[in-house]
Order: sequence, then structure tokens, then C-alpha cells
Amino acid sequence: MIEAVGLTKRYGDKTAVYNLSFQVRPGAVTGFLGPNGSGKSTTMRMILGLDNPTAGHVTIGGHPYRKLPNAARHVGALLDAKAVHGGRAARNHLLSLAQLSGIPARRVDEVLGVVGLQDVARRRSKGFSLGMGQRLGIAAALLGDPQVLLFDEPVNGLDPEGIHWVRNLMKALAAEGRTVFVSSHLMSEMALTADHLIVIGRGQLMADMSVTEFISANSADFARVRTPDTEPQLREKLTSALTEAGGHVLPEQDGALRVTGLPLPRISDVAHASDVRLWELSPHQASLEEAYMRMTQGAVDYRSTADQKAGLQQPLPPGAQPPMPVPGQGQPGWYAPPPPQQGGQPFAAPQGAPGQAPAGPYGAPQAPGAVPGGQPANPYAAQQAQQAPQAPQMPQPPASAPPAAAPAPPSAAPAPASAPVTDPTKPEDAR
Amino acid sequence: MSTPQPPTQQAAPGSPYPTYTSPIPVVRTTLLHALASEWTKIKSVRSTMWTLGVFVLLVLGIGLLTGAVVASSDSDLAGESALSLGFFGLLLGSICVITLGVLTTASEYGTGMIRTTMTACPSRGRVLAAKGIVFFLVAFVVTLVSATLVGLFHVSTLEGNGAGDPTGEEWLKGTVGVSLYIALLGLLSLAAGSVIRHSAGAITLMIGVLLAPLVIALFMFSESLKDVQQALFEYSIPNQMSIFYANSLSDSGPSGWDPLWIVLGVTAVAFAAAFALLEKRDV
Repeated sequence: MIEAVGLTKRYGDKTAVYNLSFQVRPGAVTGFLGPNGSGKSTTMRMILGLDNPTAGHVTIGGHPYRKLPNAARHVGALLDAKAVHGGRAARNHLLSLAQLSGIPARRVDEVLGVVGLQDVARRRSKGFSLGMGQRLGIAAALLGDPQVLLFDEPVNGLDPEGIHWVRNLMKALAAEGRTVFVSSHLMSEMALTADHLIVIGRGQLMADMSVTEFISANSADFARVRTPDTEPQLREKLTSALTEAGGHVLPEQDGALRVTGLPLPRISDVAHASDVRLWELSPHQASLEEAYMRMTQGAVDYRSTADQKAGLQQPLPPGAQPPMPVPGQGQPGWYAPPPPQQGGQPFAAPQGAPGQAPAGPYGAPQAPGAVPGGQPANPYAAQQAQQAPQAPQMPQPPASAPPAAAPAPPSAAPAPASAPVTDPTKPEDAR
Repeated sequence: MSTPQPPTQQAAPGSPYPTYTSPIPVVRTTLLHALASEWTKIKSVRSTMWTLGVFVLLVLGIGLLTGAVVASSDSDLAGESALSLGFFGLLLGSICVITLGVLTTASEYGTGMIRTTMTACPSRGRVLAAKGIVFFLVAFVVTLVSATLVGLFHVSTLEGNGAGDPTGEEWLKGTVGVSLYIALLGLLSLAAGSVIRHSAGAITLMIGVLLAPLVIALFMFSESLKDVQQALFEYSIPNQMSIFYANSLSDSGPSGWDPLWIVLGVTAVAFAAAFALLEKRDV
């Protein structure tokens, strides 16, 4: 059991972690999610007693880490794959750690077998690939057969087989009754591994709930309805009929309608009753990745922008079309789709001001209200500002280039919005 | 994908959560465990072999060379102890010991290994103490063996050149004494490495401490600085080392076993600072 209370860490005038309180309980894999620079690693270092918190405290099994009698037998940690002396052979590295904690030397060969490094055990770790380094780090974490395990980005650099192995390893460790705390910035990875989620952004808690709760609070089930493009009046007609029937209707950029609050058969019935033909009636579900991105997009510190190459490009020959931008490449107007339930606002993104009193249910400031960065060209702008405030520094999309101008194929897009679509399964780094 | 979890998150310690108990017995760790670990560490990196190898090469090589040159010439040592010829090799060799001392601590910071070490053993002072003890013993033994070998060679070959037969005290100072001094110098470097946390920076600093006073004193021509120049000469590390052979560059200043007490005091202060900083700073 890991318990953090009011954990705060400042480096100079930069607040890395602010007033973080959470519990990580045994018998489950707890995912620790947040964008780059959100304070995940800092929190992990404070749990392990490497960094002293500026305020608050964190305990493992009721003791601060540095007061644990034989810490390595109680807690195992993979902080980063590079935290080894590259000139030392893998086996000697683990042997020195085993001796430090009074672990028998045969355990070293055991964990080397567990992580599959027995063939390179006597090679210097300098020559290891990132994936081999991760395996060595996992071996060090498993060495003490501990009750509590912390992994910081364990799947970085692993091949698909390795990712699969780590996933099963975490679940197996948790099933044995251990506490498993895994940080990642990959929601898709956590959706497969974790039972419980702790999400932070800009060093503050944004969510602390089970994965199933997270999905039910954030899953954006909706139906996409398309009326014949040739008869726009049908769309108006259907919109009013569906609203009358109790559904929420939102127009999409390409002319389709997004309907929530009504089951698919009911939508069909309503359309039939109002004599509207349908070209499309399809169910959609927003992925966990989308929910996560929606939650954290206000707290992303490092966001890519489009590579303008201003002044470096040859003028295009007359008549030539500029190349289409790849969707998702730093278009400022990009936003994650809002959840369909209006008023259903499980999270409020922190505003990045640590001085603000945490008033929200999860310690985040409540009711962010309208934010200057909203998109005027965005049909969901009003809702958007409420649900997921944009970071204020985000530039406004130029009015001449509304998101509709982007070449997103409307039906192939997994994201419900037809704004420039980012593949939601991609890690944020890839954006 | 995930098993449904009960919604309760507010669980007090001692709650009915499952716990895991390892079949491997948990032992109470002591300094001995840390010593074993540090011994594994110091012998499993190549920099140890390199620095100590070069050290032995310098001490033995220069020692044998000077011994052979003096023996083949007609020079008369006029009753001076033959042990003093070992001084040049040890002076150069001490740079290797300084380097190894710094690397023992600072390389863990450079590679990030320190985070793994301090996670495995949060008693930071114990780790530093173990490093110090293991390094000191290694440096002392290697220096003692090299100095003794060179001393025996010199005494046996230079009998015909008028070298006096070294007394027991001279033997003690020229082997154990100077080895303790050099090992303590390395220990001081180890503490400096722990404080500075940067290999190149700490090595530069320590080589500066070794050579700078003598070099600065060489260029102090001004009459008004005569006293400062004299003090720099007398307390420079090369001169302190030469006192172990009773051929000091000056007649005043430290004598006898004084250099050992000086370096012992300085190292103690440096270690106190290193311990305090280690406990206080973030890793």
C-alpha cells in the first residue's frame, strides 16, 4: 500500500508536483498516467525517498521509504533503464544489488532467467539495447521479490513480445497480492494492463478511479446519422424530431449529425416517422485514449507545432497546389472530442496555478469556465470550453482555415470529430 | 481487460487487502552487506583495473628505472636511505589513486547508478561508508605492496652506492606511512567525488590540490610573499609525501608523521561534509 498525502515538490520556482494525494492498494495494477513533464517520475522518486518532498509525505506500508528496515526486500523499482553503470556486466550489477540487501546470489541467476537475459549476463550493459536495459531494470526490481513494485515507463523500447510479457508480468504480480504501480503516458497500454488509474497533469491529480469507472464516466457512445446531402432540409427536420424525442444532436463538420441519448433503433424510428431517409446510422464509441487526451489536453506542457519552414521554401510554380498537411501535425485547432453527456463533467482540468485552492472532487480546481483559447470555428466551442479547457497559450485557429479544411476522410476517421484528426491510439509523443 | 474493482478506495492500513509474503527470508542488512556490494562493484569495472594497473606500472617502473640508473652510476648517496628513491614513482602514481577515488563515487552519479543504489539501500550514509572502507583498503594494500617491492629493490641494489641501511622506523614510514598517506589522499578524492558528483570536475579539483600549491609557490618571487611561498612549499602534497622519506624540501614545517595527521584531519572534514550533503540533497 502506497499512500501519498499532500505531496508537493518544487524545484526553484517550478512546481513539479502540487498537493498530490492518492492511495495505491495491493492486489491490483495501478496505472499512473500523465503527459510528459506532468510529474510522474518526480512522484515516483519521492515515493522511493530519492527526492525529499517540499511538503506533504508519502509512505509505503505506513513507513516513509527511507525508514523501511530492508527497503529492497519490501519495494522494487524500475526508475529508468539507464540507471546502471554501463561498464559493469549485467550479472555483477544485479549481484551488487543482491549483496546490498542480503539476497542470496542464486536469486540473481533466477531473475536473469525471468527477464530472459541469461545469455548476456556476463556482457557489459553499455552494449545493451534500450529493450535489454529495460529488462535489466525489471530484473533489478524483481530481485528482492518485493511486496510493492514501481515501474516507470516499463515498456519503453521493448519489442511487441516484450510488451506482451511486461503486461502479463504486471498482472501476475498483482494477482499474487502485490502492489503494482506503473507509470505510462500510453493510455492504450494502461487500458490493457491496469485495474485502477491515477491521472495527473501539471503535477496535480486529475482522476483517481478504476478503469471501469473511468470508461463509464468517459466513454462517449454516440450514433452518427447522415441524411442525404442533396436535401439539406431533411437534416433540419430530423434534428428537430430527434431533439423532440429527447436526444442531443450535434452537427459535424461534414454534414453528419452526432446523436446521443437515444438508442439506434429509436433514431431509426424517429427518422421513419418524420419521413427522413438516412444514408448512415452507425454506432461509435470513443476510446479510453480519447477520454484521456480530452482530460489532459489542457495540461500538456510540450505540444508540437507545424513545421512551417518559413522563408526556406521555393515559391510554388503557378497553379500548383500546396501539399496537403498530414492530419494532426500541430494544427492548432485540434481538439479531442467532448464527451456527449452535457453537464456530465467528471474532471476539471487544473489551470496550472498551484496557488489555487483545490476545490474539485479530485483535488483539481473546479469549474474552469470559459477559456480564451476556445475555437470560434468549432461547432462545439461552447461545450468544449466547459468540458476541456484549452491551454491559454494555444493560438486561435485562423478563421480562414477552419478545421473542416483539413483533409480528414469523414467516414474513416476514428475520432468522432471531423476536425483534423489525430490517431488517438498514437502516443502523444508522436503528435 | 480489467477485473471490476470494488469502488471503495478509502481503506485504512490493516485492511483486508491481500498481501504477498516472499519465500526468501528477509535479513536485517548491515554495513557488512554494503561492504560486500561495494567490493563487487569496485572489482567489476574496468576503470579500477586500469587506474590501479597504471599506478603499479608507474611506481614499479619509475622505481626500478631510478634504482638501475643510480646503481650503474658512480653517484654517492652519502648515507641517505635508499628508500627515498621510491618517492618519484609514488608522486606520479598518486594521480591514479585520486582518479580511482573520485570515480568510485562520482561515476555512480554520472551513470545514474546512484538512483538504483540508493533505492536498494536508502541508508545513504552506509553506502558512502562502505565505499570509503573498500576503496581505502584496496588503495592501501596496492600502494603498500608496490612501495615495499620498490623499497626492497632499492635497498638491495644500492648498497654499493653509499646508501645507509634503513632503520625500522624508516622502513615503516617509507612503506606503511606513505601508503596510508596516499590511500587517505584517495579517500579525500572519494569524498570530493561524492560532494561534486561529477567525475571530471572532481578529478581536476583534486589534481589541482595535489600540484597547484607547489606550482604557485615556484612563481612567487616577491619578497613580501616570502612567508606565503614558504608555507605553500611546506604544506604542498609533494613535500608532505617527501617527509616520509626524511628528505623534505625545507627544514621547517611539518616533520615526522605530521603529514599523516594533516591529511587525516582534512579527509575527516571532507567526509563529514559529504555525509551531511548526501543526507540532505536529492539523489
